[in-house]
Amino acid sequence: MATATFRVWRGDAKGGKFQDFVMEVAPGMVVLDAIHEIQSSQANDLAVRWNCKAGKCGSCSAEINGMPKLMCMTRLSQLPLEKPITVEPMRSFPLVKDLVTDVSWNFRVKEQIKPFRPRKPDAPDGTWRMDQKDVDRVQEFRKCIECFLCQDVCHVLRNHHLYDQFIGPRFFVYAAALEMHPLDVEDRLKDLRKTQGIGFCNITKCCTKVCPESIHITDNAIIPLKERVVDQFYDPLKKLFRVFQGDK
Amino acid sequence: MAEYETHQHDVLVIGAGGAGLRAAIEASAAGVSVGVVTKSLLGKAHTVMAEGGIAAALANVDDRDNWKVHFADTMRGGQYLNNPRMAQLHAQEAPARVRELEAWGALFDRTQDGRILQRNFGGHKYPRLAHVGDRTGLEMIRTLQDHGIHQGIDVHMECTIVTLLKDGDRVAGAFGYDRERGRFKLFQAKAVVLATGGIGRAYKVTSNSWEYTGDGLALAYHAGATLMDMEFVQFHPTGMVWPPSVRGILVTEGVRGEGGILLNKDKRRFMFDDIPPLYKNQTADNPEEGWRYTQGDKNAKRPPELLTRDHVARCIVREVKEGRGSPHGGVFLDISWIKEKLPNAAEHIKKKLPSMYHQFKQLADIDITQEPMEVGPTVHYVMGGVRVDADTQMSDVPGLFAAGECGAGLHGANRLGGNSLSDLLVFGKRAGEYAACFAKEHSAVSVNPDEVEAAARQALEPFERESGEGPFQVQHDLQNMMQDWVGIVRREEELEKALSQIPVLWERWRKVSVGGNREYNPGWHTALDLRNLLTVSEAITRAALERKESRGAHFRDDYPAKDESFAKVHMTIRKGPDGEMRISREPASEIPADLQQIIEEMK
Repeated sequence: MATATFRVWRGDAKGGKFQDFVMEVAPGMVVLDAIHEIQSSQANDLAVRWNCKAGKCGSCSAEINGMPKLMCMTRLSQLPLEKPITVEPMRSFPLVKDLVTDVSWNFRVKEQIKPFRPRKPDAPDGTWRMDQKDVDRVQEFRKCIECFLCQDVCHVLRNHHLYDQFIGPRFFVYAAALEMHPLDVEDRLKDLRKTQGIGFCNITKCCTKVCPESIHITDNAIIPLKERVVDQFYDPLKKLFRVFQGDK
Repeated sequence: MAEYETHQHDVLVIGAGGAGLRAAIEASAAGVSVGVVTKSLLGKAHTVMAEGGIAAALANVDDRDNWKVHFADTMRGGQYLNNPRMAQLHAQEAPARVRELEAWGALFDRTQDGRILQRNFGGHKYPRLAHVGDRTGLEMIRTLQDHGIHQGIDVHMECTIVTLLKDGDRVAGAFGYDRERGRFKLFQAKAVVLATGGIGRAYKVTSNSWEYTGDGLALAYHAGATLMDMEFVQFHPTGMVWPPSVRGILVTEGVRGEGGILLNKDKRRFMFDDIPPLYKNQTADNPEEGWRYTQGDKNAKRPPELLTRDHVARCIVREVKEGRGSPHGGVFLDISWIKEKLPNAAEHIKKKLPSMYHQFKQLADIDITQEPMEVGPTVHYVMGGVRVDADTQMSDVPGLFAAGECGAGLHGANRLGGNSLSDLLVFGKRAGEYAACFAKEHSAVSVNPDEVEAAARQALEPFERESGEGPFQVQHDLQNMMQDWVGIVRREEELEKALSQIPVLWERWRKVSVGGNREYNPGWHTALDLRNLLTVSEAITRAALERKESRGAHFRDDYPAKDESFAKVHMTIRKGPDGEMRISREPASEIPADLQQIIEEMK
């Protein structure tokens, strides 16, 4: 059986360093298995956040050899085992301990986005009718497992730290799902432009690249939202109309 | 003196999966203050893993469906050990709960005419499961979460409860710690809803995540509530078996619902070899009829792959045991064969089962549109749990409620697929509603500081022990023992062996020591969870030993037949005055004449 070295970040908000763990590798193993093995045999207090271990809950996000990934879906056979494999916490969020970060900012951001508001039921049985093709578009966004890897990789957050002006790719996807929901009648465009910073996104598509659910974040969510914002706020006639209404 | 933060709520909900969130939303709507405690982050609970769908007799796909058929299917699946009132309420109220999710933003797959689409599932007579591809659970939990965060509910994320507190007979709150810093938290509440899910982590091969350590069951038991039906542990027939690191991860029943078939190594479709008498009239006569059923032919009967989970799981075990299994000790589940029937089969499979396609491709290098999967049984669900009142979900302890998987009654001896998500919604709502009523109707409670002090002291003991073994080894040994001796096929001498090992494991647990400090320390968390795992493992073992027959999910090799003397009996478990676990047999509730008549009509 082959052995591999895992170079795992150990530390907390005060600081930390990499620590090497050497272990045997079994067929089919994923990075999360390796972390669990280390936890049960070499470092009982190694902190890691995980749940489903099947790529469905989005808890075990980390940076593996520098790439934002889910630990449970990264197989060791895809990694060069001759070199140490680095496993670090997401760097865009404050560190709690070892591989666990404080992602609570994301939960606070979500609360600021206006919730779903459906139109009145209009089918005879008191519900609604929706076409599958209208639903398909939104179902893509609703695949999101809230792993926050897109937030982690986004340079507006990672390098420029605009946490109070920019909600990040995850919440553009969330807003897009609401805006494009066949039943929703709420208007979120003003918020997207003014307080949620959609203009800061310069569509480098890093978020799309790291999405474990393969959601076309930039093309299908962010760009259409940007277009809607432009359409509503930068159309000369509409702009003039707003000036007269006293709403800029 | 231990330091702790104190929080006051009228209703405290422990657990934030489907049942917990639905309970919290309902209680909050009733105008009381609500707190939710969740072991993980919001939206990560095991509900997220549910794939197949929510069973509700909406009759959108087959207009012959109605609550009575759903009720009769549920009772048949549970071998008539279900609480009939719960099965009735569940079947009657599930459609409204599904429509309510839609009104909160859920987007289910649609029928041609734009209504909620429903799919076939094991044990359900008609297509009944409202679904979103094979990620229904994610849709459900996200809908509840996104609705719930605007209802004024206080959410305490990554917080684990270690004990319930009482004021006389009544529940008075709960005591726990936050994972991040390891700080203690005291929750005072007039009513507490347990919604902690299952016990899968008592076994080695399970579809459940680390959270499912039977917390709610153990908390209730130690607080004086009654546990019931603990012998009924559901082994889902199709978990992944290879590679080893993914062993146990669920392969949705939806694969079989879409036409997937089970084959042994000789390519024989072995499910046709053994069809139980209770289901003979409802099962396809040949593969062709089975295929037609999965494609929506209303005149066709369902294929034997869609028999109840207990039966399918045992057939798989039989094939493996008799040397006809797949290379890694399972059998083959093949959906790729439908290319013989459908022109664009590969695309169809990817559209209908996207998560499964993804899961096998990424974790096992298998393209399910081209080759069969290897599958075998995995611990999935516990039918047993806290005994509750059917209408209110209150346990024997005043003010203590339980809903979802940690409650008992709805599913009897075996749960049908799809009835879990509907259970969470129907009884989550009811628990929230009645917990809020209870809080409004009752005066304030106070907690005893000595009790809190003792709980804090006990929680910290693993740090103080210098030289004990680590908690992971004890957990590992318990899981192996339960898997080997209290597993899918049970017999007296093995159950006895397990029962004699349990005190040994308890003793090892009392000496467990952990290193490091209280901040996000998985070793410490595991040491505390072990108390719950040991409690439920003991309960399962005792109940399994006591039921000397085979029924539903409980199969005894030494008593392979049903025994009439157990047909209307529940095994109940309580903590005795001396702290010992006491088991007794109690009569099942009578099925009222009107419900009995429905059962007869649907036979």
